[in-house]
Amino acid sequence: MEILSFLLDGFALAFEPLNLGLVILGVILGLFIGAMPGLGSVNGVAILLPMTYLVPPTSAVIFLGAIYYGAMYGGAISSIMLGIPGASTAVATTFDGRPMALKGKGDLALVAAATASFVGGSISVVLFTLFAPPLADVALAFSAPEDFALMLLAFATFIGLGGDDIPKTFFSIFIGLVLSTVGLDIISGEPRLIFMGLPGFMHGINFLVLAIGIYGIGEMLWTIETTKGTMEITHANITFRRIGKAILSLKSGIKTMVMSSFLGYFVGILPAAGATPGALMAYGIAKGTSKDPESFGKGNVKGVLAPEAANNAASTGSMLPMLTLGIPGSPTTAILLGGMVIWGLDPGPMLFVEHKEFVWGLIASLYAANFFALVINLSFIPMFLWVLRMPFTILAPIIFVLCIIGGYAPTQDMHDVWLMLVFGVVGYLMRKLDYPMAPAVLAIVLGPLAETSMRQSLLMSSGSFEIFFFRPISGTIMVIAIFLLILPLLHSFNRMMRHRASRWPL
Amino acid sequence: MRRAELLMAAVLAAFSIYLMWKSAELPVGWIPGEGPGGGAFPFWLAVGMLVCTILIIIRWFRRADEPARSTDAYMDEHALVLFALVAGSLAVTIGIIEVAGVYVAIPLFLIFYLRVMGKHHWALIGSIAVATPVILFFFFEIALKITLPKGITETWFYPLYAMFL
Repeated sequence: MEILSFLLDGFALAFEPLNLGLVILGVILGLFIGAMPGLGSVNGVAILLPMTYLVPPTSAVIFLGAIYYGAMYGGAISSIMLGIPGASTAVATTFDGRPMALKGKGDLALVAAATASFVGGSISVVLFTLFAPPLADVALAFSAPEDFALMLLAFATFIGLGGDDIPKTFFSIFIGLVLSTVGLDIISGEPRLIFMGLPGFMHGINFLVLAIGIYGIGEMLWTIETTKGTMEITHANITFRRIGKAILSLKSGIKTMVMSSFLGYFVGILPAAGATPGALMAYGIAKGTSKDPESFGKGNVKGVLAPEAANNAASTGSMLPMLTLGIPGSPTTAILLGGMVIWGLDPGPMLFVEHKEFVWGLIASLYAANFFALVINLSFIPMFLWVLRMPFTILAPIIFVLCIIGGYAPTQDMHDVWLMLVFGVVGYLMRKLDYPMAPAVLAIVLGPLAETSMRQSLLMSSGSFEIFFFRPISGTIMVIAIFLLILPLLHSFNRMMRHRASRWPL
Repeated sequence: MRRAELLMAAVLAAFSIYLMWKSAELPVGWIPGEGPGGGAFPFWLAVGMLVCTILIIIRWFRRADEPARSTDAYMDEHALVLFALVAGSLAVTIGIIEVAGVYVAIPLFLIFYLRVMGKHHWALIGSIAVATPVILFFFFEIALKITLPKGITETWFYPLYAMFL
């Protein structure tokens, strides 16, 4: 019952005119950003974060949270109408959404996506409300060794569950961590890694410089190359009567939506896993448990419901470890976490003690964002379709301008703008060779925390690594992390053994 | 693609070695009773980077992963021209910002991009090129109080500062 009264206080904060206005604005912007091919929540949050200095920190986080939510809804629009995922999180939505649109059932697919997103969002926000306070209570007992173990777990999940090339994922994590050590050594205060003696490196590399470089410049370069400016948009016939009918026809999919929401939420909680694998898994399970798996991929509405419910649920899920433990569950929450640190709202269990109003205000605003995203999405579908027709050559230069200014604003140093361009170009060139970039962004955000917690732990134990293993919580987390780190090795060993066995049958 | 994969791995390996050397400016070893020195964290991470690039190069020789097998061009001619135009114009824009400030560089960039890449009408180009800096000025300089770089054009803004700040 205590939770309920906190939540009511939260609603009072979320419904202050400024915050409510920002929720609605954030949802609309998020819907647009999500609907544009190539841009997703992570790009929107990275590029727009520097603009939020205008409002108080609490409102800024609420605004970014609403963008995150809106983008999850919006991603489905271009997946269905263009057949190009609006964001990586909406990849699975193209599998059945596109065939539906081609069959002239685009309106049903869009309504299904919006409804499923709402169900996923609602279930996950309720789960979030119930889980966050107890988890934060447990986490209050954590100190440096536990923090370090958690960071290691976050990186280990990228390796064990990320599904990208293993050495390249490791490389991405390492380079992100190294970049985070540039500047002054946190313990001795000596200057460190000042490349070519440039004074711009003294203040360190702000995570936003890397995030905007990769998710702004790099992403645009990528989109310009892959789309080459030609996109075919499907026609959809949309009236309010058809929308109403479509919602009623989704009754048979309720089970799929609820199941996918729970799945998405728990996958989202895992650090690094996030909404994309959550949506793909939900799609796989919906197909596997269906009586009619053959119809998937040819325009089965459940193939739209499952991934859309899951990706929204996962985006809320990824906020849970970010707020309670200070470990982001997705690249977007990594950037949010970095932003919160700038604003002096250090994520972690203490947040629930020291900034109670903020936490509950944010949770309440997620309820509000979810509601507005559904309403705005359904009523303005024609407008979003119009946005998709806007030539990319108008959008691209404006986003580049926002990137340049966004790279400058946090530190007000031209050095960082150059660095952002370098990161963007190099990140794009590396991405073309399948180097994953999300781990590097997560690493540059977590780097300073990881290094501090490791060195503090080692100071506590006067230099012995045993401290990480002989404390019950950190020990357990370390064991799981190490298991995840060697999981790919076990896989390849297994494959090798089977390969041998097939060559020399016993 | 195959050549690009090897070249990238080699460049990244060289960068890792440079990072190791650079981190070694601070103590990288163990300070007894205190733990690792200030340079240890980046040093060992750079060692990790080097190991990864070596693994990538080994797999390249064994053709064990996708880019190492692919015979597609890393960038076809069209992609290369687009990339050079976009990245080049961004670099030039940032260079102009250093000298003449955002309010000169950004309209020039917008005109270039919209005309050369997009082939849009001059009316549209003109309105975007004028509206963007005006919005930037009011949002950043007036509302956020973040002074954007102006280079030699700084003096042109004194009357505006007097009016709004």
